[in-house]
Amino acid sequence: MTEKIAYYPGCTATSYAKYMDSTTRAVMKEYDIDLVELTRWTCCGTFFGLVDDNLTSQLAPIRNMIRTKEDGFNQVTTTCSMCYNTLKRANLLFKNDEEKAMRLNAFMYEEEDYEGDVEVLHLLDIIKEKIGIDKLRGKIVNPLKGLKIAPYYGCTLLRPTEVSVDENSERPTILSDLIFALGGEAVEDPYMTECCGSYLTVKDKHLVADRTNKILSSMTRKDVDLVMVSCPLCQFNLDARQKEAKELNPSFKEIPIVYFTQLMALALGKDPKELGFGEHKINPTPVLKKRKLLGTALKVPVKAKK
Amino acid sequence: MSFVKLSKNEKNIRFREKVMELAGDNIQICYQCGECSGGCPEASVMDLLPNQVIHKIQLGDESVLDANTFWICSSCLVCSARCPKGIDIAKVMEGLREISLRSKKTYVELEALTKEQLEELPQIALISSFKKQTS
Repeated sequence: MTEKIAYYPGCTATSYAKYMDSTTRAVMKEYDIDLVELTRWTCCGTFFGLVDDNLTSQLAPIRNMIRTKEDGFNQVTTTCSMCYNTLKRANLLFKNDEEKAMRLNAFMYEEEDYEGDVEVLHLLDIIKEKIGIDKLRGKIVNPLKGLKIAPYYGCTLLRPTEVSVDENSERPTILSDLIFALGGEAVEDPYMTECCGSYLTVKDKHLVADRTNKILSSMTRKDVDLVMVSCPLCQFNLDARQKEAKELNPSFKEIPIVYFTQLMALALGKDPKELGFGEHKINPTPVLKKRKLLGTALKVPVKAKK
Repeated sequence: MSFVKLSKNEKNIRFREKVMELAGDNIQICYQCGECSGGCPEASVMDLLPNQVIHKIQLGDESVLDANTFWICSSCLVCSARCPKGIDIAKVMEGLREISLRSKKTYVELEALTKEQLEELPQIALISSFKKQTS
């Protein structure tokens, strides 16, 4: 039976990385999960406001929680790690700090009072808990055989530990589990949980290029074909800053950076032309072709065939 | 070689108290193990290492606001996750950012951004940078 879950796309999903949104929807449909986009949603604020005396940055995420309730849901999911982190942390703050919750509700006097009863889930939570590895594998018609994929977590998916999607935020495995389930080969690297430089990309792109060089060079030394990410800002930084990274390090090797939902859609036999690969600065098409993953997918899932 | 000067100056104490109020943590308990600086991916380009920043705040030394450390910090939270005393160092950095921003010091000038930059950068980058680095 199809399960309905409220879906918060976030700004990037509707602009810079539309493929993130389209592949998320396509993949979830395969697994009988109906993502219902919130009728009204606003920016989450991108970063959780850390200082204790300023609640203004908690308003945007909490308003999105109210929107979720208005649409009749108790759970909301997003595929962007930064949105996930901001929404989840603001929601936790609301649940755990009665005084701040009261002040927030009082400020938003025109809204229905929020009770802190919405659960924020990352799409990876849904994949892990609602779908499960067995069901996931059961639908794969184009296993990513021979494809060496380096998982890259970044920060917001794992830290702080209260919101981590993996029990072990220092050495997570959730993305590797997904890669193996898709039939690929996960190649873990110590840099997989290090920050890409995030928003510093605006002020100083060379600083981010330096991070990109360190992170990706460590991965390319292990002969990986591509890097799989779950945050659109990591995707942008690691992809776009390779140009400057090459200036820093002449022996730098280019590598495509793809979103986890794109690889899932590919493994599920979706048309590779519709996965947004052409929008990447470093196009993953040649390496996918080399690994013979762009041909006609099998008609029956691999698992069922056996 | 320079000596640490402990101060009972009202202004220094007020600065320390303000940072602790914003950060919501008692940073006096930091014993300078350096775990935060060891894990910080940006430490190499910082004027002061994160543990040095904490030490300066303990001393109430406002010159810490001239360092680039808290502007370079991208809130990746590795320091906060690993601090053996449980200090949320990223929050301390945000506190220093807020103190600077509230006194109208900015790190990113909106006017200085070129058209190419605005076209290239996704809004997730722009919004988070403006949120953290403009007043």
